[in-house]
Amino acid sequence: MAQIVSLAEAVRRAIHDGDAVAMEGFTHLIPFAAGHEVIRQRRRDLTLIRMTPDLIYDQLIGAGCARKLIFSWGGNPGVGSLHRFRDAVEHAWPTDLEIEEHSHAGMANRYVAGASGLPFAVLRGYNGTGLESLNGDHSAAPTIQPITCPFTGETLTAVAAIRPDVAVIHAQRADRSGNVQFWGIAGVQKEAVLAAQRSVVTVEEIVDRLDPRSGAVVLPSWTVSYVAHAPGGAHPSYALGYSVRDNDYYVAWDAISRDRDAFTRWLDDHVYAVPAGQS
Amino acid sequence: MKGLNPAAISDLAYTADEMMTVAAARALRDGMTCFVGIGLPSAAANLARATHAPGLVLIYESGTIGAKPTELPLSIGDGILAETADAVVSVPEIFNYWLQPGRIDAGFLSAAQIDKFGNINTTVIGGDYERPRVRLPGAGGAPEIAASCREVIVVVRQSRRSFVERVDFVTSVGYGSGPGDRERHGLTGAGPKKIITDLGVLEPDRVTLEFTLTGLFPGVSAATAKERTGWDLAVAPDPEIIAGPTPAELDALRDLQGTVNDR
Repeated sequence: MAQIVSLAEAVRRAIHDGDAVAMEGFTHLIPFAAGHEVIRQRRRDLTLIRMTPDLIYDQLIGAGCARKLIFSWGGNPGVGSLHRFRDAVEHAWPTDLEIEEHSHAGMANRYVAGASGLPFAVLRGYNGTGLESLNGDHSAAPTIQPITCPFTGETLTAVAAIRPDVAVIHAQRADRSGNVQFWGIAGVQKEAVLAAQRSVVTVEEIVDRLDPRSGAVVLPSWTVSYVAHAPGGAHPSYALGYSVRDNDYYVAWDAISRDRDAFTRWLDDHVYAVPAGQS
Repeated sequence: MKGLNPAAISDLAYTADEMMTVAAARALRDGMTCFVGIGLPSAAANLARATHAPGLVLIYESGTIGAKPTELPLSIGDGILAETADAVVSVPEIFNYWLQPGRIDAGFLSAAQIDKFGNINTTVIGGDYERPRVRLPGAGGAPEIAASCREVIVVVRQSRRSFVERVDFVTSVGYGSGPGDRERHGLTGAGPKKIITDLGVLEPDRVTLEFTLTGLFPGVSAATAKERTGWDLAVAPDPEIIAGPTPAELDALRDLQGTVNDR
């Protein structure tokens, strides 16, 4: 059964230095408040996993929380670069960042394998790309390998499962027993939670009863470790029905993140100086 | 927005970027299903839907199928896409059930670098992989869009930096190193059919599959296109002069762009 706790408590209990952490949410429902709490609690040496690192991982990387990034698209959507991510890869600031990169289809299937309790997933993909060679036999820990179909003899691609220590997601609602419900663009959050050993779900509101809603994903309480009330916790991304995407923030992030000093000031003013759940 | 194209021969003043977006929109046919990348492809696909192709089915990798945005989304997951879609599916589903089996007619992509066989790089430029000179965003949905859509259209501004003999990193495969490579790799889609730039249109040669200049925008010369290409660009014997934007196309495009610039 999920425990309903404060955001600070959830992060303290669920996320430890050195953990592999997947904070998911595909443009929609990105768990920013939880990400900021991880920065505030100064977690270090995390392996950060996420299809689209987005601003949330730009912030965590710039704050020095990450040792490794596993991802498939690291840009500021519609705006340009993630400058903190680039600074880490291009100049090792604030610390060196190991990267393991895939395509979206590959990452999605790696989560599916993790959620399914399988060591790998199969897809048509990667053939002829540089990603195949990066993650193949020459890699220290290969995550892409060709596989022969036992029925047709066709050669397909196997990708290694992702099994994070912790998954962190944001949802619209939970009830008082910790059952979680989210809708709209659902990304890979269900797969990430089911693939992980532990999970933290922040929610816009906690209600007495979850009304049925067509197309909604429900994660029963017994699949979730911690639920924390964090209204607005997806900002500057959004929670359909509760908020709209703050596109201006995404545009403004470009200038803040381009400059190490401006970023450091932003961290001090907007994360360290602010209580949990309010940044 | 770039400055006005000084060479544009038309009653209408328009920019090179506007011409490129209009030409890209014209490449899409009404009723097609189209997997749309963000940026230039999204602007062009939405322009097509607002003009000659109202039945164009827009599919974004966020899992929004049949999105009908009234304003240009900044990201592939803006709320307007989910709210106007025929169906919203999970990310594993969009790639596995919808893209992978070859159900989607056209993949619409952009590139940081592209080579003469239409291979696309959006990963790293210069240096080595571990410490590149420029770290780009990476693959996203592009490798499988390039592999599995029935055909691919690429929209990219043309320069010696972006049009290179060999890409520094093959993120998404076009024709690999030439004829037979897509088959060898088991890629089910036909590959890139057009590269639409701010100068004109390139199409693959039927035999060599090398991208050749087949169309020029009004006022642009083949010499300029060759100058702005990092390989020895082949030019079709009689490249088509592509008509400039119509007033209706230009109005529709500016209406769409206004929805982005106004916010």
